Amino acid sequence: MSDGNPLVKAETGKGYRVVKIIGGYGMIRKLNLLGIREGRIIKKISSQPLRGPVVVEIGGSQIAIGYGMAIRIIVEAES
Amino acid sequence: MKILLMGNPNVGKSVIFSRLTGVNVIASNYHGTTVEFARGTMRFNQTKAEIIDVPGTYSLLPTTKAEEVASEMLKEGDIVIDVIDATNLERSLNFTLDLIESGATIIVALNIWDEACHKGIKIDANKLEKMLGVPVVSTCALTGEGIKELVDRLPEAKSRKAKFDDKWVEIGNIVENVQQVIRRHHTPLERLGDASVTPATGIPIALIILFLSFWLVRFIGESLIGYVLEPLFDTFWTPLMMRISDLLEGGGFLHDLFIGQLIDGEIIYMESMGLLTTGLFVPIAAVLPYIFAFYFVLSLLEDFGYLPRLAVLTDTVMHRVGLHGMGIVPMMLGLGCNVPGALSTRILETRRERFIAMTLLAISVPCMAQIAMVVGLVGKYGIRGLGTVFFTMFLVWLVLGLLLNRIIKGESPEIFVDIAPYRLPHFKAIGKKVWMRVKWFLKEALPFVLLGVIIVNILYNFGIIQWIGRYTAPVVTRLFGLPEEAVGALIVGFLRKDVAVGMLVPLNLSLKQLITASVILAMYFPCVATFAAMLRELGIWDMLKSVGLMLLATAVVGGLLNLIL
Repeated sequence: MSDGNPLVKAETGKGYRVVKIIGGYGMIRKLNLLGIREGRIIKKISSQPLRGPVVVEIGGSQIAIGYGMAIRIIVEAES
Repeated sequence: MKILLMGNPNVGKSVIFSRLTGVNVIASNYHGTTVEFARGTMRFNQTKAEIIDVPGTYSLLPTTKAEEVASEMLKEGDIVIDVIDATNLERSLNFTLDLIESGATIIVALNIWDEACHKGIKIDANKLEKMLGVPVVSTCALTGEGIKELVDRLPEAKSRKAKFDDKWVEIGNIVENVQQVIRRHHTPLERLGDASVTPATGIPIALIILFLSFWLVRFIGESLIGYVLEPLFDTFWTPLMMRISDLLEGGGFLHDLFIGQLIDGEIIYMESMGLLTTGLFVPIAAVLPYIFAFYFVLSLLEDFGYLPRLAVLTDTVMHRVGLHGMGIVPMMLGLGCNVPGALSTRILETRRERFIAMTLLAISVPCMAQIAMVVGLVGKYGIRGLGTVFFTMFLVWLVLGLLLNRIIKGESPEIFVDIAPYRLPHFKAIGKKVWMRVKWFLKEALPFVLLGVIIVNILYNFGIIQWIGRYTAPVVTRLFGLPEEAVGALIVGFLRKDVAVGMLVPLNLSLKQLITASVILAMYFPCVATFAAMLRELGIWDMLKSVGLMLLATAVVGGLLNLIL
């Protein structure tokens, strides 16, 4: 098992498990409210060039996450 | 009796509100359409009940401004209709549990029921009701299904004071018990949704959509003017006006006020400047067709759900100007009218972002009323005229944004937003929305246009324009290269930009002067309605700063245009 990669580095079109969120209480809570928390499975839909946002799918809905946040969401490939 | 409509953003609270009260409010397919509380009434238990549409939030813990407002509101309400999204049960239930913990009297509306069925999501509403301990009604607000049952069961709304040790465990437990998801293939709309946010396909899609939108607005606007409104005015209104002109003996103060100046013995609607001629023609025949066309196209994009995807694509650029992707929403709305644009900056989280967004909006986003008149004024020069005006405005927007982002302290937060699925627009809903916006324009703009025309007459009749013109000549003539009388347009521009652009028509300006004047008129100051909205949102100090920036930017850009062109 690897330690995972930040979400911005993950490949699009694949499923991942969130292993860690590096951030303060505010950020963790904000992500949590939209369903992104440790252990959840998310699918990366796209990412924009030049440090643009990442779009992920979670539980049937899609969320846009700014680069600065997405880099602090650590995921590992879900088999 | 107060009934609150609460829940996550974009779950259809506003649509339910319209259904319950008959009061129409703007609803769209993206997060944060309701930025102000809408209030309405309905009959309930033989009494009048007040219904309040509360802007959506994900939780009641007051950590953001919106959440704070929502939890404040909660204290006032007698019953809460908790609107939850059947396609997104987990997220919705977190808010429901917050409400239960707060001890509020609740009834749950399980909305977007039909779409959940299409998506292969099955929810056992009876079981959900048992597990939550409060009544649950499935609704489809767009078609009105379930609304009657919701009203009938309002008296059953219950307060169940409970404390949850671990809310997410509780939610997981509920979802597992009541929801069944049948896996199925992606629909074409979902595939288009994914393609819209993937750079390789998303950027071409964005260009096509924006190009088609502009083309459609211009096509509808010009067709309505050329084939419907101008002929109507020429055939029916002109003879009547000529009759009145004869009755008033072709001159004098009353004639000037109502009919205006005859040019070679004829009424020229764009130039005569009478209340019944220019005063009616400008708002109804020149501007209204574009307002209608713009809001029709914008409403299509909104209800389809395109705006959040455009926000994703433009996020990188918006960061450079101190905003994030959702900052595109006030800019798009501002192209219609700066007032709703300024109000919609509330979807941005920080004061810094809102200041930047409103200042950019007021300076470099011309509203449709003004655009329509500018198209009429310089459209005949084609790309050399219109292209220069709009490219200049875009450059101003970009450069000013880059500078503001440098100058103003603080950082802008990251985009973090739910992207609603594409939904096929309901034509009835679109029609209603366009009609509301057109009605709003007529109610808000028409009186100001007429007032503007009266002021034009007073200014000319008493020689005030010539008098002010002498004092402002150093700026207007030397810096901007415009004739002294152009100051009249700048004075009336405080009131209405469309009338102001109209005042340039009789001045026989060269293309260079037309371009400079159009750009200056857009930039130097917002119209009174926008000014009032900005003042309310920003407060006096920030408003003064913003005004300072407007004047400075206008002097620089106007001077440069005069030098370069």
